Amino acid sequence: MAQHVRPRNTGLWDWITTVDHKKIGILYLVAGGFFFLLGGLEALLMRLQLMYPEQNFFIGATFNELLTMHGTTMIFLAAMPLIFAVMNAVVPLQIGARDVAFPFVNSLGFWLFFSGGVLLNLSWFMGGAPEAGWTAYVPLSGMQFSKTTGVSFYVLGLQIAGIGTLIGGINFLVTIINMRAPGMTFMRMPMFTWTAFITSALILFAFPAITVGLVLLMFDRIFGAVFFNVASGGNVLLWQHLFWIFGHPEVYILILPAFGMISEVISTFAKKRLFGYSAMVFATIVIGFLGFMVWVHHMFTVGLGPVANSLFSIATMLIAVPTGIKIFNWLFTLWGGQIRFTAANLFAVGFIPTFTIGGMTGVMLSVAPADYQYQDSYFVVAHFHYVLVGGMMLGLFAAFYYWWPKMFGKMLNEAMGKWNFWLFFIGFHLTFFPQHFLGLMGMPRRVFTFMGGQQLELGNLISTWGAIIMGVGTLLFLVNVAYTHMKKQPQAPADPWDGRTLEWTIASPAPEYNFAQTPRVRGIDAFWIEKMAGNKGMTPAEPLGPIHMPSPSVLPFIMSIGFFIAGMGFVFNKYLFAIVGLGIVLICMFFRSYKDDEGFHIDVEEIKETEKGARL
Amino acid sequence: MNHADHGVLPAEPEKATLEGRNKILGFWLFLGGETVLFGSLFATYLALRTQYVNGPAPHEIFQIELIALATFILLTSSLTSVFAIIGMHRQNFKMMLFWFWITVILGFAFLGLEIFEFVHYYHEGHTLSSSAYGSAFYTLVGFHGGHVLFGVLWISLLLIKNRKGLTVVNAPKFYVASLYWHFIDVVWVFIFTVVYLMGILGGQGGA
Amino acid sequence: MIRRLQHVGRMLPLLLMVALLLTGCGDPYLSALQPKGSVADMQFNLIKLSIIIMLGVFTVVVVIFTYVLIRYRKKKGDNSIPEQVEGNHKLEIIWTAIPFVLLIILAVPMVTTTFALAKDYSNDKNVVQITVTGHQFWWEFEYPDQKIKTAQELYIPVNKKAHIKLESADVIHSFWVPALGGKKDTNPGMTNYLWLDAKEEGVFQGRCAELCGESHALMDFKVKVVSQEEYDQWVAKMTKGTNKPANNAVLADQGAEIFQKSCVNCHAVDGKGGPAGPDLTNFGDRTTVAGILKNDKKQLAKWLTDPEAVKPGNLMIIPKLEEKQVDALVEYLHSLKRE
Repeated sequence: MAQHVRPRNTGLWDWITTVDHKKIGILYLVAGGFFFLLGGLEALLMRLQLMYPEQNFFIGATFNELLTMHGTTMIFLAAMPLIFAVMNAVVPLQIGARDVAFPFVNSLGFWLFFSGGVLLNLSWFMGGAPEAGWTAYVPLSGMQFSKTTGVSFYVLGLQIAGIGTLIGGINFLVTIINMRAPGMTFMRMPMFTWTAFITSALILFAFPAITVGLVLLMFDRIFGAVFFNVASGGNVLLWQHLFWIFGHPEVYILILPAFGMISEVISTFAKKRLFGYSAMVFATIVIGFLGFMVWVHHMFTVGLGPVANSLFSIATMLIAVPTGIKIFNWLFTLWGGQIRFTAANLFAVGFIPTFTIGGMTGVMLSVAPADYQYQDSYFVVAHFHYVLVGGMMLGLFAAFYYWWPKMFGKMLNEAMGKWNFWLFFIGFHLTFFPQHFLGLMGMPRRVFTFMGGQQLELGNLISTWGAIIMGVGTLLFLVNVAYTHMKKQPQAPADPWDGRTLEWTIASPAPEYNFAQTPRVRGIDAFWIEKMAGNKGMTPAEPLGPIHMPSPSVLPFIMSIGFFIAGMGFVFNKYLFAIVGLGIVLICMFFRSYKDDEGFHIDVEEIKETEKGARL
Repeated sequence: MNHADHGVLPAEPEKATLEGRNKILGFWLFLGGETVLFGSLFATYLALRTQYVNGPAPHEIFQIELIALATFILLTSSLTSVFAIIGMHRQNFKMMLFWFWITVILGFAFLGLEIFEFVHYYHEGHTLSSSAYGSAFYTLVGFHGGHVLFGVLWISLLLIKNRKGLTVVNAPKFYVASLYWHFIDVVWVFIFTVVYLMGILGGQGGA
Repeated sequence: MIRRLQHVGRMLPLLLMVALLLTGCGDPYLSALQPKGSVADMQFNLIKLSIIIMLGVFTVVVVIFTYVLIRYRKKKGDNSIPEQVEGNHKLEIIWTAIPFVLLIILAVPMVTTTFALAKDYSNDKNVVQITVTGHQFWWEFEYPDQKIKTAQELYIPVNKKAHIKLESADVIHSFWVPALGGKKDTNPGMTNYLWLDAKEEGVFQGRCAELCGESHALMDFKVKVVSQEEYDQWVAKMTKGTNKPANNAVLADQGAEIFQKSCVNCHAVDGKGGPAGPDLTNFGDRTTVAGILKNDKKQLAKWLTDPEAVKPGNLMIIPKLEEKQVDALVEYLHSLKRE
């Protein structure tokens, strides 16, 4: 029964069965990157349609499909997994852990996200994509007004991907609480780990709300329930509340890890510890907490009355305070430093003014009566792209350039990285800055065209050219990746950037067991402390011994296939498929519970051999 | 990991290993998420609880005797699962098995009553589609029922598999299952109050 | 640092100029940056106030940012290790406290404006009462006191408040006339309201601001702000008036026959006809067909021949008409001018 022999899977089978957080991180990166390109393509098609007034490339339902799939794909299938990619690759290393708390669940989380994403995107080929916006407001998304199966794909796809995200969040919470190396107290954790921690907590408490919302919509569409049917006593605002109780924290779920990435990169390349670390931690917690108190600011024009609008308006404004603290802390981390402008740091530094603009338009939007003008106009489109692209994506690019050697053992090309940055950065501002004005000049969002002669031409034209430049910048990143991995180059050093945290104490890429010996942590910026004390590495907290590892498993993959089949069954009202699919899931759970995973051990000789080959 | 644990178990075998501690913490967090899930379902129910348009109103169909019996059964099952965990902590494996089996039987009895209740309502014209109230009722109570069903199947599986004795590997599994069972019980207390008592009193109050 | 802040103080007039530059952006009958009514005015004031505050903050950030990037870049050969500063309580308190002050400056007018805009004028005799209903993809306007029903073009007298009740016939729409005031949603099963006025005569562009289906982009309408006399005349024409005689009465009569056979189930004229489509009583006076096409013979004929090509997903059911029939219908519809 016990599997003490070390399993040696190779090739595709290895990727399907892996429970190693570093490999799962790469899977998230590849899948999330793919969906990011898809969402970007959808965005470009929309921008082409809006390049000039009254064009006819993609109009009506097709345009609505594009805008829905762009938003849904980018939020759920690109942004979330890319953040999970970095969290998987970095968090266990930063806290000195050998693995995550639940390797099996970690793998299941990935495969659920992936099968949900594939299911959602198959809608393009199976009767049409969803067309009610990523917010899927009822009754437009109900059966009466959305007769294709598109929204059903949306509901099932997001439900499956959402379960994956939720269990991923729990996994990281437990990992960070229970598996920190000796001496790594909470207030010694690197900033990125802190933000990953708060983000995971937000996932845990925000995702169940959308789960319920999706269940209600699914029951309405598929089983004839009448939650949103006004004639039968239903309420259309119920969906909006549930959606935004999830949706607002979701924004912070996406942006907080970017804050963490920026903090790490800026501190490393300024050669200084993070300025006001405890204030940063506190600000992160406060932002996470307030994130649950402000959902109604997405609903100022719904008609909830002046009292509700005023209160939620003030609550929203308050978020500016902790966010401001963060921005000034980054500036003063740079102050007095030795700033090196690597590609990673360019992205991080470019983030600061860009995100400041996004944050400030956020404050403008929080002013309820003024929001009656901004709401659902291009001003809002500009705002959230400044936060999500100018904020989160710049953070992610910084993270990719920074941690690429730790993930793959190869350094991305710096020169190309700088081109990548400037094209993306300039293209981004060209695309979205004019949109602030377009909105105020009377252009609603989600329109497939605009009329000539209303002074909206110039802004739209600039915006489209910006999008094209941004697209070229993104392609350059792909070229860089291809170039880096095809070129023969020596294995990246363990510590290429003069890093400060634990991940830079081990080889690049990190060995399977991460740390040959669990390190003892003596303070914040653990590695930097050792460097300053003249030590070459960390002091181990345990003798060298065999390391226990979890066994790979194909069950997560099979379970997500089960979910996929069930999802298809529900979309097309073929309940036999639904039952078969859910049956597969239950059987897998049965096996998982029935057959204990004994794992295997990596013996001391092998560890010694691996450590000798590492460039430390 | 230690395989020779049989017989010499630590005082709290469920927390003896890192895996065990992870499992228990993770499960507590999972229950936190479940709380938001049921919270959202309760909020939905409260928003729609007077919207019975064409369907029957709660006070017209609810039978307090049946509900009271179901409540009694489920509360008792929670108590028996406590006895089971006491058995585990006393390292009295037989006691644990016995009380868990009682818990499972009571769980099935509760489910039987619930199915009977739903069938009865269905014939009274109270269905998922009869009104927004109907949709909210079946979704909330049905989600709870689904949790009960999953719980009894899960505990049964654990009992069938681990007949040989308690180890540090299976102790956290039993412990976590009992946590789950308590959670279901707490949710039911809220359902009993919000759905059934408020539903019946709502009718008497002339609403 | 302090000197730098004084520097920022000296830049305030510049900031004000930037805010002024915003004024005059866009189409004067569409842009929220060229407010033509009290509501839009109040909102524009808040927009300006928040932009000025935000530009102030942004300037501080950019000045520090630029200084830091230039001053503290790593110089070749300098391998010294910077001082590892933990933080600075004084600075941290400053940049926590100042935002609070700024937010209070913003929050006070926010609250007063929110309540001012939520005022209910439904029982005010001096306020024009209007009920707006959003349909996929057109707007219905009803004046309950005058018993007028019309569509696509909303008439209001200049310098007079209008209390607008907002309802929906199908999905959620959002009623927005940027130059006159912000938007509010029309929710099925609920009634919302807002008030508006206009300080200037003219034809203002209105939009649907909530995704409502295929032709959401084309769900435009017009707000015609006219003098009180003109408005009174319009009301009289709509309630007691009759139609002008058509240019070609024979053709118009043929058109009327087609209308009675194929259109009247959904479209009403003079109160006779179904409610599913826009009321056409004063169609001949309207500037647009379906809210987007110019109301001339050619465009109207285009709409009647293939409405789907003009407004995808619209709900109009129209039989296949021959060219002659289309001409007749056009003649009839254009004869619907009030006198």
